[in-house]
Amino acid sequence: MYSRIYKAIVSAPPLLWVGFFLLLPYALMFAHSFWAVRDGVLVHEWNLQNYHTLLSNPVYVGVLFRTMRIAASVMLFSLLLGYPLAYYLSFHAGPRKELLYQLVIVPLWVSYLVRGYAWKTILGSDGVLNGFLQYFHITHEPVGYLLYSPFAVVLMLTHIYTPFVFLPIYAALEHIPRPLVEASQDLGANPRSTFLLVILPLSMPGLVAGATFAFVLSLGDFLAPLLVGGPSGTMIANIVQSLFGAAYDWPLGASISVCILIITVTLLFMTERLEKRWSFK
Amino acid sequence: MTQANSIRRAPLLRVYAALVFAFVYLPIVVLIAYSFNRDGVGGFPPRHLTFEWYRRLFADAAIWNSVLNSLIVAAGSVALALTLGLLAALALDRSDFPGKALFRRLVLLPLILPGIITGLSLLMFAVFAGMQLSLLTVFLGHGTALISVATTELFAGLQKMDRKQEEASLDLGATPWQTFWRVTLPNLKLSLIAAGLLIFTLSMDEIAVTFFLIGRDNTLPLEIWGRLRRGITPEINAVSTLIFAVSVGLITVWYRLRTRAERAAA
Repeated sequence: MYSRIYKAIVSAPPLLWVGFFLLLPYALMFAHSFWAVRDGVLVHEWNLQNYHTLLSNPVYVGVLFRTMRIAASVMLFSLLLGYPLAYYLSFHAGPRKELLYQLVIVPLWVSYLVRGYAWKTILGSDGVLNGFLQYFHITHEPVGYLLYSPFAVVLMLTHIYTPFVFLPIYAALEHIPRPLVEASQDLGANPRSTFLLVILPLSMPGLVAGATFAFVLSLGDFLAPLLVGGPSGTMIANIVQSLFGAAYDWPLGASISVCILIITVTLLFMTERLEKRWSFK
Repeated sequence: MTQANSIRRAPLLRVYAALVFAFVYLPIVVLIAYSFNRDGVGGFPPRHLTFEWYRRLFADAAIWNSVLNSLIVAAGSVALALTLGLLAALALDRSDFPGKALFRRLVLLPLILPGIITGLSLLMFAVFAGMQLSLLTVFLGHGTALISVATTELFAGLQKMDRKQEEASLDLGATPWQTFWRVTLPNLKLSLIAAGLLIFTLSMDEIAVTFFLIGRDNTLPLEIWGRLRRGITPEINAVSTLIFAVSVGLITVWYRLRTRAERAAA
């Protein structure tokens, strides 16, 4: 139905643009990771030194592990908050479902910075939470360790990614055929076994998708540590950022970025495979 | 009986869901409340209601300058991302070309990769191409990254479209060009507006990619970011409150339009 000219006209511009402004930049990132800096100048000599430095420097490896721990915590807490919420909306919210759904997804798209800043004002040593605790005589001195800690980073990122995790889980729960749930109940299963044996397995694709999103997006975050993390909350992307800034070692920074990219893409690929295998047909 | 079972009340779950909602919204409520607090961003309870911080905000030339910069970048990004996203959606929907599967994934990468990766890649590209960092590089970054959003939304719109209208138009002698303008585009109107609103909001709020591409002129989020390093005042609460209100407004309209587009297709 569509002529070859039509097809060429619609395909060529986006292909060229994306090739030039997206594929080429990502390829440059790869290329940089195999180059070097000598006497403050970037030299195009192909070598594996950056990856060697990266793997042999205990500071980088340590921060990478801390980053993974933070990302895993964010994933876990977002699931603990997002799953029950999605389950409630899908099975128990009744007529208010539509409104509640909107209430969850609106913050999803609303400014990262605004939400991060809010936590900064809440957690500070003269912040809102400390004011609250002292007003009600729960503590007598300001609690100093709330802000500028890995805890603050986990809290802020959990707040930001809970709606992200909610979304695919809710979609998966909504796709579960209700007769299956009713059949389970009619055949005498109690609510707990209905949940564990019917609903949970069928919602796994959504759960895995949500968990991956939370993990991957937290893994590469550098703004939360800068806003609320302090030195003890530094994450791997902050190292990249400083290598591209003051430390001026783009090739080393690029090699860390490539590692983040590979972890991310591998996880997403595995998730996609799992989702396909587990999805209800 | 099953009916009674499936809408059985679950009081504990309900309380838990309410607590999650509180967790999601409480920080924002606190932020808004303290934008009216005379004594600063901390302490409890907030007392002495004042509009002083909003008055200062409205007199703050640097902020409004950055708002203007953000508006320019966002408007440009909407135009660029919608144009290329529409073509990409048409290509994915109707054309086969080598590397189609790869293209589909590549377009989506900026949406799923951490912003720092896309931001730094574009920074290296800009340096490589000898470009000065400026609002132009920010616009290129936003516009290119947000093609992902436009393509996803418009592809969904195309998939739901009734093909027969286009066939009829072509059969009755309209050229492909006329068919595109008079049949395809009007059918996609809701999807186009919805995608445009979402792209606009995301561009106005974007910070991770912008961070690496910004030149001397700040966008609004970068202007706020710069001030956070110098210490915080309720003026930042005030501007955040306004950003939140505008974003919620735009997103709500986007959501309504999208729901309407879905219903119209069903």
